Amino acid sequence: MEYEAVIGMEVHVEINTKSKIFCGCSTEFNAPPNTNVCPVCLGFPGVLPVLNREMVNKSVAAGLALNCRISRWSKMDRKNYFYPDMAKNYQISQYDLPLCFKGHLDIEVDGEIRRIGITRAHMEEDTARNTHTIGGGQSGVDFNRSGVPLLEIVTEPDLRSAKEAYAYLVTLKQILQYLDVSDCNMEEGSLRAEANISVRPKGATAFGAKTEVKNVASFSGVQKAIEYEIARQIQVLEEGGKVLQETRGWDADRGITVTQRLKESAHDYRYFPEPDLVPIVVDEAWEHRIRDRLPELPMARKKRFMEQYGLSAYDAMVLTATRPLADYYEACVSAGAESKKAANWVMGDLQALLTDGKMEITQCRIAPAALAAMIRMIEEGAISGKIGKEVLADMFETGREPQAIVEEKGLAQISDEAAIEAIVAQVISDNPAQVEQYKAGKEKVMGFLVGQVMKASRGKANPELVNRILRDALKK
Amino acid sequence: MSKISTNDVEYVASLAQLELDAAAKERLVQEMGEILAYMDKLNELDTANVEPMMHAMEMTNVFREDVVESSISRETALQNAPVHDGQYFIVPRILEGDEA
Repeated sequence: MEYEAVIGMEVHVEINTKSKIFCGCSTEFNAPPNTNVCPVCLGFPGVLPVLNREMVNKSVAAGLALNCRISRWSKMDRKNYFYPDMAKNYQISQYDLPLCFKGHLDIEVDGEIRRIGITRAHMEEDTARNTHTIGGGQSGVDFNRSGVPLLEIVTEPDLRSAKEAYAYLVTLKQILQYLDVSDCNMEEGSLRAEANISVRPKGATAFGAKTEVKNVASFSGVQKAIEYEIARQIQVLEEGGKVLQETRGWDADRGITVTQRLKESAHDYRYFPEPDLVPIVVDEAWEHRIRDRLPELPMARKKRFMEQYGLSAYDAMVLTATRPLADYYEACVSAGAESKKAANWVMGDLQALLTDGKMEITQCRIAPAALAAMIRMIEEGAISGKIGKEVLADMFETGREPQAIVEEKGLAQISDEAAIEAIVAQVISDNPAQVEQYKAGKEKVMGFLVGQVMKASRGKANPELVNRILRDALKK
Repeated sequence: MSKISTNDVEYVASLAQLELDAAAKERLVQEMGEILAYMDKLNELDTANVEPMMHAMEMTNVFREDVVESSISRETALQNAPVHDGQYFIVPRILEGDEA
């Protein structure tokens, strides 16, 4: 029988406010344990949480970018359960009136656009972090993370493959980073993804029993875990078994999912309105203020790059992968670099230097205007393309202007015909055998002779002039 | 006949991690049943023209600005903990995967 997978994603992202969601403690990630805590985020009785306005702003921005409707009136609720990472025995979250709802996100898989429904995006507080390295049958609890603002983004069960789930995560992360609402760093836990997976005979409308996969540390891990889980469920059904509704964890070392908790022991959270926090009213004016400030989003920017700069779909995709990279490229073009040449330099040599140095574009010492100046020097014939690479490497290392490097190192291109003629004459007299071969009709030798001239000029001779002068000289 | 069974009381007690003796259970069957019966009585009212009340507070939009304020010291934070190691609150070992 042919099966189809039905997948929904739940993603928790830490919103990058400076202070926590309900108190003024810092959200800094690497602080020593239990140093960014106060009676509110430690869950002391009698304290009064107050919602961080910026959390609402950033959550609405994320909701709008995900084409959500924004609740005019929403509230916080208490989700009740016992766990050592939550001292007050309830998490402040949103239940029936989430801040953002009914949205969608378009993803591209194998050149096709798929629209994925966003059920809701709601605000909540993160819990404390447990460490199991204490030993002696004990665990340590660090409350620095308690009260860090989270946005939980839930999709409709619209995803049909592990590849689509991967594309969804990549697209979502890209948008949230464009908005500057989250770092989306999976290693630091600022983005956590869970997948709800079921399979059903292809064409069926009813859903099969679903499993929830947690504890995945990377996007590719999510993809692998979903692939594994789909295959496992199909096998269970093919063997006449039943898929149990349960939570499974991804074991990256073994490449399998394992049972963590059966549905039978799942919690009954007894949500009720949080009496310590007043309702949130986002009126049209507030929503419009946030909408007006939204940056151009990745897909729109990619389309514009293709139209405005004449780039291929691939180049436009690479250059808009992150907002800083797209900003860098545009700054380079607006500083006077030809758009396609700028694209080649940024994606090629500059990206290679960044990759070698394990650096991000934001750490790059070459100002966009300096790169533009270097590209113009090539176009104007002041330096050759090959020398350009050398100049770029120097700029990358030192942050100096290209003109200064060219002057100091004497790299200016030789476009003086007399000087090139002299070098050509020397090369001809030094290589009589090759000259003979060329004259006998072996055209390929031309490349060797050009190379010799370039070498003699230490790469500085203008290649076009070299070609012409050499050809003329060989005719004699 | 109460709207609440002993099973219901035991279930709610288990969610709240409470241990109840037989007398307490019997009392709660009675009390919780009365509360629900009162709700039924309220349901008899015609509320067709009454705005639903979603929250006890009439006030809305109370926020704090996103400004970091100094926290209490770790020493103060840990001082009432039954067990700590100077850095962490120490609790009985948490089993992996049991997280909600």
